[in-house]
Amino acid sequence: MSSGFEATAGSSVQLEQVRFRYRGSDFLLEVRELRVEPGEHLAIIGPSGSGKTTLLHLIAGIRLPDSGRVAVDATEISSSGDGTRRDFRIRNIGLVFQEFELLEYLTVLDNILLPFRLSGALPLSREVRERAASLAAEVGIAHRLKQSAGCLSQGEKQRAAVCRALLTRPRLILGDEPTGNLDPANKGLVLEILLRQARESGATLLVVTHDHELLPRFDRVIDCKRFYAGPPSGSAEAQP
Amino acid sequence: MRDVFYLAWRYLLFHRFKTALLILAIALIVTLPAGLQTLVRKGERQLRARASSTPLLLGRKGSPLELTLNALYFRTAVPAPVSYAEVDRLAATGLADPIPLYVRFRAQSDKIVGTTLDYFSFRGLRLAAGGQMARLGDCVLGSAVARRRGLKPGDSVISSPESVFDIAGVFPLKMHVTGILDFADSPDDHAIFVEIKTAWVIEGLGHGHGDLKKPELASGVLKKEAGNIVANASILQYNEITDDNMESFHFHGALDAFPVSGILAVPPDRKNATLLMGRYQDAEQRLQILQPIQVMDELLVTVFTVQRFVIAALVLVALATLALAALVLLLSGRLRRREIETLHRIGGEKTRVGAILAAEAVLVTVAGLALAVLLTWITGLAGDELIRLFLIRA
Repeated sequence: MSSGFEATAGSSVQLEQVRFRYRGSDFLLEVRELRVEPGEHLAIIGPSGSGKTTLLHLIAGIRLPDSGRVAVDATEISSSGDGTRRDFRIRNIGLVFQEFELLEYLTVLDNILLPFRLSGALPLSREVRERAASLAAEVGIAHRLKQSAGCLSQGEKQRAAVCRALLTRPRLILGDEPTGNLDPANKGLVLEILLRQARESGATLLVVTHDHELLPRFDRVIDCKRFYAGPPSGSAEAQP
Repeated sequence: MRDVFYLAWRYLLFHRFKTALLILAIALIVTLPAGLQTLVRKGERQLRARASSTPLLLGRKGSPLELTLNALYFRTAVPAPVSYAEVDRLAATGLADPIPLYVRFRAQSDKIVGTTLDYFSFRGLRLAAGGQMARLGDCVLGSAVARRRGLKPGDSVISSPESVFDIAGVFPLKMHVTGILDFADSPDDHAIFVEIKTAWVIEGLGHGHGDLKKPELASGVLKKEAGNIVANASILQYNEITDDNMESFHFHGALDAFPVSGILAVPPDRKNATLLMGRYQDAEQRLQILQPIQVMDELLVTVFTVQRFVIAALVLVALATLALAALVLLLSGRLRRREIETLHRIGGEKTRVGAILAAEAVLVTVAGLALAVLLTWITGLAGDELIRLFLIRA
């Protein structure tokens, strides 16, 4: 069986003079400059409420900055319309969430195929299905493909979520504490899968983590504390 | 679009209990008024068809509706009887042919209709098997009775006592089935027809027993006076009329005084009908003459009024149900906020995510409407039977 992770070029990420504040909150995130090189593996750390998730959301175009510039490759995320950002995100960015965010009413295979069912721009072909099966085999959940996502263990759910994120061959993979809800064994396994797939595909990888033991495995680590310009942590954690 | 409906379908399938409830609610709020409308239309057609084919009906003064329902639909609510002499009196007018009816007894749940052979030609009833009732104790079955009971000519049917506790009352009579009527799509299909004298035998006005003059039954004689012989309880009455005991059957009293529940009057033309009606318009009359179609039309006016009220109530219930369904969808949307956010964060097109939710509503609505159409269709199919059930078998 061929690997599901063929090589693609990674994306570059640029943030310049970015300011973001949640409405009705005194949380403030300020990023004067952040550059991530194509293919770079970056760990983002920081205390709770320091804006790690917000930073990922700004890069993914889920949220827009109040001011400043966010760009992924040549795409100006911060000045694009909602439709353009969604389209760009689903084609180029793979998102892995801490809570997996699998839909329990779908099978594991349908969860992995979800981006293709959610976008008219991504045709759901036989090749895509085969790639989904190949990815599942790669992460060891091929035998679970026909089952409901609700039947999976935590580790299996996160591996299914990783497959969903990687199915579109993203140039940029964003992991929002993807190992936060996992036991130590699964933590290492999921991170290993992400790093390996990013390495093999050449994708850029940004992972939010609290686990300092994992940091040596990244090219670079940034502390989100330095972007945080709001009140003491804790008050803003609920918002991001 | 296929993916949109696929995702909606998977969601509905996963939450099948909630989905089934919603579909059922939609189906019911559509079916109830539609089904009611269907039933009322069929009921109107049946009631009017039967009534319009019956020109005049004579009976004891009282409820016109009760008399009509008894004579036309064989309802068991028995109107006060009139004597058989009224049949002769009606015939003597020369304005109409009388057909007596005595609809009082049952054989289990089936009505026994005492009448004359004229009834069959008047209703256009034809035999599908066997022959006509020819003597006391014979009966002809409506097609539905024969089918339901699996009876054929040569079999027998036993009449039921009116009351289980009435031990001095009517003895069950074993009647011989001589013929089966063709399907008529009318209350006649559900009746057992006997000669009117047989109905009187069932009532106990006529009976048969061993000849008390014979020496072997001497021990059964209680007393003899003025030519009358009074038997004691050891003399058994026959509960079946056979060739051997036919001669022993006799009636006590004048046949003219025996009861009938109604008399169908069949005038040759409208003029005779009008004249006949005039004869019974006298306020002193103990009898009433009816045009069944008028009675049914009055009943239908009431039915339609009630129907309008029921439909108005159903519309209110439907609105309440729709409001509840909307609330369920709204609450469901709140519960699914996180799931919907996930779809947006992955990059799902806004319109497509909205379309998935809309597709769920469309699928539930379409399924509800399809079920409603099916239920209404079934109501239509079973409508005639349902109406008979309410009208005839009640």
